[in-house]
Amino acid sequence: MALATLIGIASLGSAGAADTMEIKVGYLHLQPSKTRLSLMDVPADNDGVAGAELATEDNETTGRFIGQNYTLVTKTLRAGDDVAAAVKELADQGAAILMTDDDADGVLAAAEAAKARGLTLLNAGALDDSLREKDCRANVIHVAPTRSMLADALAQYLMTKKWRKWLLIVGSHEHDKLFGDALRHAATRFGAKIVEEREFKDTGGARRTDSGLVEIQRQMPVLTQSAPDYDVLVAADESEVFAGYLPYRTWDARPVAGSAGLVPTTWDASFDQWGAVQLQSRFTRRFHRFMTPLDMQAWTAARMVGEAASRANSADPAKLVAFLKGPDFAVAAFKGQKLTLRDWNLQLRQPILLFDGRNTVSVSPQEGYLHQFSQLDTLGYDRPETQCKLD
Amino acid sequence: MQTRLILSLALALAATPASAFVAFVSNEKGNSISVVDLDKMQTVATIPTGQRPRGIAVSHDGKSVYVALGDDDTVQVFDTKTYKLIGELPSGPDPEQFAVDPTGKFMFVANENDAMVTAIDIDKREALGTIGVGVEPEGMAVSPDSKTLVCTSETTSMAHFIDTQSHAVTASVLVPPRPRFSAYKADSSEVWISSEVGGQVTILDPVSHAIKARVKFEIPGLRAEQIQPVGINLTRDGKLAFVDLGPADRVAVVDGVTHEVLKYLLVGQRVWHGAFTPDEKYLVVANGVSNDVSVIDVAARKVIKSIQVGELPWGVDFAPN
Repeated sequence: MALATLIGIASLGSAGAADTMEIKVGYLHLQPSKTRLSLMDVPADNDGVAGAELATEDNETTGRFIGQNYTLVTKTLRAGDDVAAAVKELADQGAAILMTDDDADGVLAAAEAAKARGLTLLNAGALDDSLREKDCRANVIHVAPTRSMLADALAQYLMTKKWRKWLLIVGSHEHDKLFGDALRHAATRFGAKIVEEREFKDTGGARRTDSGLVEIQRQMPVLTQSAPDYDVLVAADESEVFAGYLPYRTWDARPVAGSAGLVPTTWDASFDQWGAVQLQSRFTRRFHRFMTPLDMQAWTAARMVGEAASRANSADPAKLVAFLKGPDFAVAAFKGQKLTLRDWNLQLRQPILLFDGRNTVSVSPQEGYLHQFSQLDTLGYDRPETQCKLD
Repeated sequence: MQTRLILSLALALAATPASAFVAFVSNEKGNSISVVDLDKMQTVATIPTGQRPRGIAVSHDGKSVYVALGDDDTVQVFDTKTYKLIGELPSGPDPEQFAVDPTGKFMFVANENDAMVTAIDIDKREALGTIGVGVEPEGMAVSPDSKTLVCTSETTSMAHFIDTQSHAVTASVLVPPRPRFSAYKADSSEVWISSEVGGQVTILDPVSHAIKARVKFEIPGLRAEQIQPVGINLTRDGKLAFVDLGPADRVAVVDGVTHEVLKYLLVGQRVWHGAFTPDEKYLVVANGVSNDVSVIDVAARKVIKSIQVGELPWGVDFAPN
């Protein structure tokens, strides 16, 4: 009975197989680094890809009612692989649009290669503000938030708590420094005071080994001792070298935020607001693991393609992109409101979630941070500050 | 306030219990149904249910109340007089909203995690089959002639028109993001669909499936994103609609004919779904975050009372006594 019904619907929905539109999304996936301070945070090989696969299945479910077929073609890259060649390969396979979780250099290389083929790229992974500012590209749409959006989201919350005095500790790697810059910018923007800034130099031996616990227990208090009076320790450590070791180990009894403790991000397996439970259960049932922020960013990117194709009723790359960049585009991504694009740099506006590792602590923007256009534009560099010139 | 309380108590004592309208309110986190007496204007009983009760409806004969249990994959059936559990219906996995057709014989349940609808023969307590729909089906409404089911799917953002006999999807209409609820006008001339993230109500012609009108909401002092329409209740004469605006903490009163917003009523926090008393004198809406229901005087278009219920109230229905 059930099967007969399903078949009946499939034949009705497709309205004649000849009319079915094929929408192929190409995914450039960077093999994730497995270096994490906590074993619980080690990413799966399909981190990101799983999110895009689920969204493609969601698109496909929608598509069968309107004669659209969706496929995801994934190309996995290792550090140093030829990005342009991978883009060419996906384009040759008929991808209408591309997405990637590669880093900033990878995004720029992929964007260049995509441009040559008339394709647009959805950046689902790279947080770099530079990609939305001086290095912005007309054929790159940013689904991942920026470091400045994450930092601003955290700063707004810390200010509502009146934790104004920050001790900032920044790692020695490039990404740590960029997050440090974003946190410094956020402090200035929202009126927090950085009482002192320290660097944690990665000398190679810091990560915990079999006997490392004792070492860390000695190291972290030393790192945080003799600080001027502060309310909260803010750590910038995207490289996963030290921040995860700070909570409960600081010299003074202070909360930790930033790369550990209270973390601003796009998703967490514990998130259950605004219908998120539905997505969490579908994801867990399908992939037998928790959904990560990167999975969510990739889910959102692939869903944006589905939204564009179904609303524009087209599989044509130019029409998909025109819809995404147009005034009618909005996507629902379990954040309690529709997400839209900033037209000046093609960045997806989005609330930022703050997690403590077990639960949602808050969602920014915080109440009272007002904006003349969209409250979401209180997060990250706003239109008047932009250095982006799209051509 | 105190005078009113005494007055309502006096009224309650004077009323004969048989004529009292009783609301059944599902409490999603309380795992219970609150029984609210509209004469006493208070909760008079709490019925423990299975886990995550959301969709709720009283049977057409008024004898049973059905409640969908999202985490127990079933619909429980309680006696509306004794409040005892008297049976279960095979809803399929993760049931959220459901609709009983006007004949009272069939129930259609949205299985949110499986992109399908389960059709149930209520008397036989048997599942008749499943119907594949879009991602995260939620809103369910059956046409007054029982021939058509309208199911909205949230992530797919479509309203699916389904033939209740053949179970075939006859049309799928794209509507603004996250359609939550569908409701037929009693004269079958219109289907109203709320879009939570789209922030509007779409009014469809049920025959041509064309979009007849869109109702948009603007509330001074509230950001557009806070206005998220969910439940809809249309009066039988089709002249008025009440649209529950979720985190806007307001119910919009909409002219059923001109589709203009007439008024916004301030209710409790995160207003979700509601139901009229059978005489349409009152509308009772569930406020998820403030754990209460607001009682709206339909003629006066005023909120007259808030009544405490269980944790995270979700939906409401009345017995037609």
